[in-house]
Amino acid sequence: MLRATLLVIAFCLALPAQMATAQDSPLQTLLQSQAGEVAKPGRRSVGVVIDALVAETPEGTALFLERWQNKGVFLNETDGLFYYAQKSGDGYELFDIATDTPVGTATKDELTEIRPNGGVRRVIGGALVQFQLSDPDKERRTAALDAILRSPDASQIEPLRASIEGEPDNALRARKERLANLLTARFGASTDDRITAINALSGTIDVDSRAALNQILTKSASVAPELPQDANIARVLTVGEDISQQDAYAQLVDAGLAPERQTADTIKARLSDNIVDGRVGGIPVGQLSSEENRERAYAALAQAGTVPPLVTDETVQAAIATHAFFETYAESDAVITTAAETALSEVEARVARNQIFDVSLDAISLASIYFLAAIGLAITFGVMGVINMAHGEFIMMGAYTGYVVQQIIPDYTLSLVVALPLAFAVTFAAGVAMERLVIRWLYHRPLETLLATFGISIALQQLAKNIFGTQARPLTSPGWLDGAWVINDVVQIANIRIAIFVLALIFLGLILFVLNKTRLGLEVRAVTQNPGMAASMGINPDRINMLTFGLGSGIAGIAGVAIGLYAKVTSEMGADYIVQSFMTVVVGGVGNVWGTLAGATLIGGLQKGIEWFNPSNTLAAQTYMILFIILFIQFRPRGIVALKGRAAGD
Amino acid sequence: MKRKSFVAENPSILWFLAALALFTIFVTAMSEAAGIGVVSTSFIKTLGKTLCLCLIAVAMDIVWGYCGILSLGHFAFFGLGGYAIGMWLMYARTEIIVTESLSAAAIPPTPEEIHDAVATQIFGVVGTNEFPLIWAFADSLFMQLAFVILVPGLLALVFGWLAFRSRVTGVYLSILTQAMTLALSLYLFQNDSGLRGNNGLSGLQNIPYLGDVPQSMISIAFFWASALALALGYVLCAYVVSGKMGSVIRGIRDNESRVRFLGYHVESYKLFVFTLTAVIAAIAGALYYPQAGIINPAEIAPIASIYLAVWVAIGGRGRLYGAVIGAAFVSLLSSWFTGGGAPSIPLGFYTIQWTDWWLVLLGLSFVAVTLLAPQGIGGLFDLIGKKSKSEGAK
Repeated sequence: MLRATLLVIAFCLALPAQMATAQDSPLQTLLQSQAGEVAKPGRRSVGVVIDALVAETPEGTALFLERWQNKGVFLNETDGLFYYAQKSGDGYELFDIATDTPVGTATKDELTEIRPNGGVRRVIGGALVQFQLSDPDKERRTAALDAILRSPDASQIEPLRASIEGEPDNALRARKERLANLLTARFGASTDDRITAINALSGTIDVDSRAALNQILTKSASVAPELPQDANIARVLTVGEDISQQDAYAQLVDAGLAPERQTADTIKARLSDNIVDGRVGGIPVGQLSSEENRERAYAALAQAGTVPPLVTDETVQAAIATHAFFETYAESDAVITTAAETALSEVEARVARNQIFDVSLDAISLASIYFLAAIGLAITFGVMGVINMAHGEFIMMGAYTGYVVQQIIPDYTLSLVVALPLAFAVTFAAGVAMERLVIRWLYHRPLETLLATFGISIALQQLAKNIFGTQARPLTSPGWLDGAWVINDVVQIANIRIAIFVLALIFLGLILFVLNKTRLGLEVRAVTQNPGMAASMGINPDRINMLTFGLGSGIAGIAGVAIGLYAKVTSEMGADYIVQSFMTVVVGGVGNVWGTLAGATLIGGLQKGIEWFNPSNTLAAQTYMILFIILFIQFRPRGIVALKGRAAGD
Repeated sequence: MKRKSFVAENPSILWFLAALALFTIFVTAMSEAAGIGVVSTSFIKTLGKTLCLCLIAVAMDIVWGYCGILSLGHFAFFGLGGYAIGMWLMYARTEIIVTESLSAAAIPPTPEEIHDAVATQIFGVVGTNEFPLIWAFADSLFMQLAFVILVPGLLALVFGWLAFRSRVTGVYLSILTQAMTLALSLYLFQNDSGLRGNNGLSGLQNIPYLGDVPQSMISIAFFWASALALALGYVLCAYVVSGKMGSVIRGIRDNESRVRFLGYHVESYKLFVFTLTAVIAAIAGALYYPQAGIINPAEIAPIASIYLAVWVAIGGRGRLYGAVIGAAFVSLLSSWFTGGGAPSIPLGFYTIQWTDWWLVLLGLSFVAVTLLAPQGIGGLFDLIGKKSKSEGAK
């Protein structure tokens, strides 16, 4: 108050000198009537000024609020008026607060910068929102809507509705309408308005609508001797079914309707507090190692009045029986809560449908990863009958090839274009080398192929560890593969997963084409069915085996690049996929590309499906999936797509 | 004509038992417990553990080398045996510690309090303080010893019955057994599996009620127990693969269909061999983990079972002593190389550290053995004693 008085005195003294630049706008007048609060605003008291500003809205209010919030308003000590100021030379240039036009200059000493604290700035920001709703700048309008969503309030309905009419941007206008509807549902003036708004919400799926409905339906658990007549009761709880006896009694205790139950610890503490001459309540301490003796001792203490009497199971049950347990809505109008419940259940049903769709997308994406990892194996294992335990290490080799290429070529898109064929070449060569050096000697000993390739697998794994170290290496995906395709608030899928899906499709087509439409495919199928006969027809089985093995390994290399983009590149990444890949091939049916596809779809779908029921536990999902596969093989030992006739071999 | 006893039929049994007895007595005489201390207590434990690994390798040899079932899941049974005995060891020891600390309070604890405190102590790390159902008999040594045999035995029986019944053979069976051990280890990795998730069971080297006995004595006791188990297991396995039954089992390996057409119930033989070896593996595990001190799910990851096959293959399949030699040779060599015992090789531009390169060497030498010496180390004995009757796989 003193300060205001001083200001007025200062104002009077300075009056003659500053007459030429004095402002006489309605905004300035209004601010002068509360000058003290404007110059030194407090979080609780500033509301008076803001209410007055919002109520009258003199010209330039929005700009003033904004500058005020951002420490852009200055008090000129000489005339006591508020200005905007800009530094020019030694002094400051002053601007009129209503019109933002230059009105003179002042020295640094004359001006005081007004600095509202954080709390005040938030209050100002809240008031500012309604002005920003019609701001010409689109980003400001979006920010204003975000601010409303963060702290919704009944007072925002009117300004929001008013701003819808003049909104030029269609998307933003739709958003404003939705937001206005949300606010009406929660804070609408009449019951009819709110129910209309709530019914409109039942057609939505977004998180905000669900949050708003849940806000309307906020419940609290209560207990009373009898069910109250006036409260809006959500449901009556039956003890033992909806609420456990323990929780029910805890509620009674919280409500002060029953004495607290002694825990074993408190009883023990009371007993040890009351040891007299090595005895508690007449019972020797040494005998207190059983529940009955402790109860007797405590009863004796209670009899003597030293401790409160024991709350037994019977008293607990009696207390519970004489009280009603129920949940009440915070909203008192039953009509509204009923409408909101209906709307929420509709929304949730729609969300559930979308979640199933989302899980299906995830499953397809996982299936395409398994397919990519397993298709190379399906060729070597299925077509040639060779178990290649080092298949996982070929995947790893492909991924490390991608990593090395990225170290040399910094452009991510270009490096990916180089890495894919290079990974194929590297692993193709490794596969051919392995076939020539090891596997062709073991064609008649399949179990030993398994062990020999396992030896290669551990050697390659350790070699990678020695070269690249044990920590995970990043394989960065190009910018256009980042981000996700968002369909709605529930359904979205990462771009990288879409890319892997497309890659899997390409390979499916490519392999089908090679096996069914080319000379090489024909020869591969011939050697698979009968090597001797194929050889007598002029086909060189050695060459075919070598090429087939190279092809299977090369695809593993490309799968490695894809998996590396999606997960991290480590020396153990191959081992993570090898068992799953074998499962995929075995479940799908050996010797058939379609079988691998079916196996990958089944395993991917199953894993995501189990994860959906128990999202916190992917380990359990994998366990159950493997158990399922073990059982599945009981019923279809030859897989989903079993070869028939001569191609089936034995 | 009187049938020759299986020992006379297979003289290697006597040689093996004599060598094992000599080795055991020699090591004991050199131990710290005997006062000489040439062999350290920790090395005695390593030797004891190696004997257990030899035992499971003998079991693996029966199931793979003689019956032709390449099981990649026998380490699961080994681990289950370890877990079964580990539960008792951990429970009993924790109970002693907890009882001691609770007795310091003014009021003596009730049995329930002790039980709860033990549960909190054991399961605090996985965020619970209640005993899971599978620990119901953890306080009884007798019950847990029974579980060492029953749990892996039943698992092998059910799994084998399912697999052999639907005639899953060859590499399919290998992959299926691998899937089983992977499923088990993934399950045990969960915190709510009831076996402390990836923490596993620890402190198993401290035998309850024997707190005053020094580790040097305990290690000797376990060493002897392991040697005894290996001797008994060896004789039992030699008996199983001798005589008519042994012929049928080897027949199944060489041509399953023919044996079936001759009227033998192949599935029963396979199931018997599979379950018996699972139980032997479990006993080996129950002796191994008190010497190792800790067991966690990583121990039964699929890779462990593959190593088991590697030992048997390097030692030489189809001869029991081959399995023992392979397991002892590879596992001791492995601990020598990875323990930093082997000297590094400087190449001028690069120094080969064996801790980094041992696995590469092992992998490659394994390929070499498979390609060039399918009979393994045991094949050498055939070359030396030309007239010895080879039982090995061709």
